[in-house]
Amino acid sequence: MAKLIVLCLTFIALYINVDAVFEDQVGKFDWRQQYVGKARFSNFDQHVQSSKKVLVATENNVFAALNTRTGELFWRHVDKTGPEGNIDALLHHGQDAMLVVGNGRLLRSWDINVGGLNWEVVLDSGSFQSACLVGQQENTKHVAVLKKTAISLHYLSNGHQKWIENLPESETVDYQAVYSGGNGEVYALGVVPHSHVAIVAYSLDDGEIIKQISVEAPWLSNIQANCVVIGEGMLLCVDSPSVSLYMLDLHVQSQMTQIPLQSLGLEVAPGFHPVLVSTQPNPARQPLSEFFLQLAPEHHLLLQLNDGQIVTLRDFKPVCLFYSATHTSLLNTPQQLKSKILASIINLFSAETGRRLLDTTLIFNMVPNGGKPEKLHVQAFLKKDDSVGYRVMVQTEDHTLTFIQQPGRVMWTREEALADVVTMEMVDLPLTGTQAELEGEFGKKADGLLSMVLKRLSSQLILLQAWIAHLWKLFYDARKPRSQVKNDVTIENLSRDEFNLQKMMVMVTASGKLFGIDSKTGSILWKHYLDNIPSNAAFKLMVQRTTAHFPHPPQCTLLIKDKDTGLATLHVFNPIFGKTSHVTPPTLPQPILQSLLLPVMDQDYAKVLLLVDDQYKVSAFPSTKNVLKQLQEMAPSIFFYLVDSSQGRLSGYRLRTDLSTELIWDVVMPTEVQRIISVKGKRPNEHVHSQGRVMGDRSVLYKYLNPNLLAVVTESTDLHQERSFIGILLIDGVTGRIIHEAVQRKAKGPVHVVHSENWVVYEFWSTKSRRNEFSVIELYEGMELYNSTVFSSLDRPHAPQVLQQSYIFPSAISTMEATLTEKGITSRHLLIGLPSGGILSLPKMFLDPRRPEIVSEQSREENLIPYAPELLIRTEWFINYNQTVSRVRGIHTAPSGLESTCLVVAYGLDIYQTRVYPSKQFDVLKDDYDYMLISSVLFALFFATMISKRLAEVKLLNRAWR
Amino acid sequence: SEMARLLHSEIVIFTVLFALNTDFVCCNTGRRVGDVMDTELSGFSVPLEHSFEVDDVAKFRVRGALVLKAGREHSLSLSQNQLSEEDRVKLKEVAAVDGLYRIRVPRVFLQADRQTERQMEGYLTAFVRACAMVESHLSDVISIHTDVSGYLIGISIVTIPGACRGTEVEDEVDLEIFNTTLSIMAPVNAPGPETALFLERMDLETAKKEKNPQEQKSFFAKYWYLILGGAIFLMVTNSAQPPAGGGREQS
Repeated sequence: MAKLIVLCLTFIALYINVDAVFEDQVGKFDWRQQYVGKARFSNFDQHVQSSKKVLVATENNVFAALNTRTGELFWRHVDKTGPEGNIDALLHHGQDAMLVVGNGRLLRSWDINVGGLNWEVVLDSGSFQSACLVGQQENTKHVAVLKKTAISLHYLSNGHQKWIENLPESETVDYQAVYSGGNGEVYALGVVPHSHVAIVAYSLDDGEIIKQISVEAPWLSNIQANCVVIGEGMLLCVDSPSVSLYMLDLHVQSQMTQIPLQSLGLEVAPGFHPVLVSTQPNPARQPLSEFFLQLAPEHHLLLQLNDGQIVTLRDFKPVCLFYSATHTSLLNTPQQLKSKILASIINLFSAETGRRLLDTTLIFNMVPNGGKPEKLHVQAFLKKDDSVGYRVMVQTEDHTLTFIQQPGRVMWTREEALADVVTMEMVDLPLTGTQAELEGEFGKKADGLLSMVLKRLSSQLILLQAWIAHLWKLFYDARKPRSQVKNDVTIENLSRDEFNLQKMMVMVTASGKLFGIDSKTGSILWKHYLDNIPSNAAFKLMVQRTTAHFPHPPQCTLLIKDKDTGLATLHVFNPIFGKTSHVTPPTLPQPILQSLLLPVMDQDYAKVLLLVDDQYKVSAFPSTKNVLKQLQEMAPSIFFYLVDSSQGRLSGYRLRTDLSTELIWDVVMPTEVQRIISVKGKRPNEHVHSQGRVMGDRSVLYKYLNPNLLAVVTESTDLHQERSFIGILLIDGVTGRIIHEAVQRKAKGPVHVVHSENWVVYEFWSTKSRRNEFSVIELYEGMELYNSTVFSSLDRPHAPQVLQQSYIFPSAISTMEATLTEKGITSRHLLIGLPSGGILSLPKMFLDPRRPEIVSEQSREENLIPYAPELLIRTEWFINYNQTVSRVRGIHTAPSGLESTCLVVAYGLDIYQTRVYPSKQFDVLKDDYDYMLISSVLFALFFATMISKRLAEVKLLNRAWR
Repeated sequence: SEMARLLHSEIVIFTVLFALNTDFVCCNTGRRVGDVMDTELSGFSVPLEHSFEVDDVAKFRVRGALVLKAGREHSLSLSQNQLSEEDRVKLKEVAAVDGLYRIRVPRVFLQADRQTERQMEGYLTAFVRACAMVESHLSDVISIHTDVSGYLIGISIVTIPGACRGTEVEDEVDLEIFNTTLSIMAPVNAPGPETALFLERMDLETAKKEKNPQEQKSFFAKYWYLILGGAIFLMVTNSAQPPAGGGREQS
């Protein structure tokens, strides 16, 4: 193996020059944003008054500390995805934060100052129910973890297990909550649904059962949803059918006392299930005897248990959210203005009295097109004058965290929806006013010679004016110190730069929030939250009209489809400003099977979107007369395909003039043998510059460039490592002709595929050799082109030559994409997102089935790298140097105005944007280009010619005299 | 021609929304095919059907019979009828309106021993432009694709030449007999990484190096004169004294 590596290294050294980022280029063309995801638990670090941390544990299995002053991350820990890394509970005590992870698999303690791991213990198996801190005599030293069948107590200092006890009758009793009031006892609360409540009290010291009681409660089925512990160990439950509270003293075995809500003068909103909330500020003490009762979505009550009697302290209405903190409670009142919620008012109330504290009103302005507030997290503190001050972190439906200080100043916002980007597009920025003026001149119809001349003159004048203004600005800025020159990007001054390197990134997130991000700086220029997005929605973003058609605004269409029902909706918007378009999208009553964006344009330059419903009827958007006429003319040449992976069927359809469809081909793969896992076509905006490859003997090998080719990947249903296989089919999407069919034996997924030009690259796991392997298929027409002017799938009778080669890859991969440039002259690289967080730019040159096993004169002439079975990862190939991108899910590439440059966005938990130059910057002068030298040489040459000319003249004259 | 120009720019959009629980509406309303027939030598035959209609609503009729022989190497032969006078006229009519010439075979499983297990639900269809069929004088290439375990998964048809140039086929006799090239294709095995060959080649190269003592010399042994020359050159350029005459001779 050592030999192999050494030889590979020499080859690489021979053929590839180094391409990496210089130290001073760090962050110049690239940026990274780190996210944590939707917060599930959050806690302010309050053990030190001056602390500026808020701890967040999220749905994305991330645990992080945010800086409350700036919103930046202090530290972040990214756990495994899926249920294995799921954070079940967050308990915070002093400097330590305890996490229960993976359905009670692990108990971890983190030092919140530095984010280091204090300890980690593996808990006994069993599904997690609840956890709490256990204190005694003002000291909190233990954490109790309740599982389905056992309860265990661990030391906070080192995680060691103090004791573990099996829960009595755990087969019948469903233990759901654990509670400790700081008196040396730990209570496990369980329920036998619709029968009785079981309460077991354990001794803190040795885990001995002190007491075991069972109380009749035929109305109760879930403790966590219905019950709380308040005051001196009073279990309080709410039952909605009987509209009453039930109270039980945990210390005394007794009956549950029923307190009808009516007797308290309270009424529950019809259809609403009342909710109880209690607070235990210190685990070593009892919970507060004040508690909340929610009677309607916007109706809360602050109640108090006083000598066994429940009294109402305050009635809050309308209030949609509240948060109970140490001594104070806080409420959020939405103000109904013009039937739309524009602002919320947050007030601070004393929990003991229910009185509103003075000067604690805070106004939270809602962002237009944002989500409603969902959760409040409050940091209350005593000011120097002993009055109470507070800051609040508001979590809204669109996964945004907003941190607000009194009296309503937004300190920062974090758009955590961006941790779940689903799809994205890069849209060109609009032209500046002057550029647009020039463009407009060409766009308009000519009115006559004179007016055209005048128009031209006026636009030239405008250009001159703009140029002078630009010069003046340059001169003006040059006098100011560099730090003062502001280059803020706002939505107003957005305009395309010279080489179209700056674009608008339109990102669609799983929560249904859309973002417009400036690709140069990464600043969010607009956001739009779409409510009513189904939780299992599939999104497809299409650019119907680019910015090239001034004065028509650019237009993007987002197709949102419910995966279960197949019903879809369209959201049409302007990608530059994020505004919903005034064009009303069609309503789609039928489930949608397929959508296709045709290159056919309407009069206003919007590309036509075809939607195929489950009746195989086609509807067009926009569906103007002009479009329908065009469609009728083109119908016989519009083909599309459908994939039904549940039946293993690929079928081709042709459009009829009446916008119905006819089935013209089908390919069926029996689902007993294999199932279709992915179908990849080529990107429609891809250009291929060269039709063929020049061989060593100067002949040309022509590429098979079928724009309709589909790469279908299948995986065997039999997953036994000897019999599993991966199938690759290349199918023509118009005729259904199977161009090539191959199986990779003893292989299994996940398979990542890139399909471009005349090649398909795929990566898989080889079960035989237990390693990741890459394979490349290239298609060639041969030495002669069948029809060089136009490609038609209907007229290409000869099957292409197929070449294939495989390689070993030393790492697993997360995602893969190919670079894309304007004209396709630049050589291609594969961008590979690795699970380690690196993004590798692998030259396609290494994945070339024509790499020779034995080097010959011809292959050397052709610049082919000799075959080596292993592809190495070279550190210079990481385009994101040390900017790790966590959990890369997708890479988006877009061409820029410069042929050499390709824009890359990698998204996952983080977002990383950069530029790559697969063939170096061949069309750009270097930063350190010596203009002085070249101009002085030019001048010198010029003068030398002048002088020598003069000298020659003198010499000629002298000769003539002689 | 106008039609040909239009057909040159087919459009296929490469987006997939996986169709869930779709009830497949089949346009193949033709009559049901005869049963799969066992023939001698463990081969069996399936009907190959075709359809060409002016209104493009498929009506499949038997064109011939495919005789398939299962085994390690699948073999295939086709016996087919001539095109009748009526059909010839119709085919030309269909070609004139740029209709489609479709073929289909029933889905079968080649590896099964019994006939009942062989036949499966549904058909595999393919098409070619009717004008291409006419202009090529019925010379077509039909390939049948199977998967790893011997299920038929697809059929394809092309004509040679494939283009529609609008040339008139005068002689009716040209459209009488099919000139069919038939092939059956099973998936090829994709190659794995060629480690064995690579290591063998490496061993050969090292062996060659060992044999050749010239190659084995150390770096200094090979290039001592260059290094010495370089060193002297450096010394000479660094020292202020004029270079000594002997220096050049030494190198």
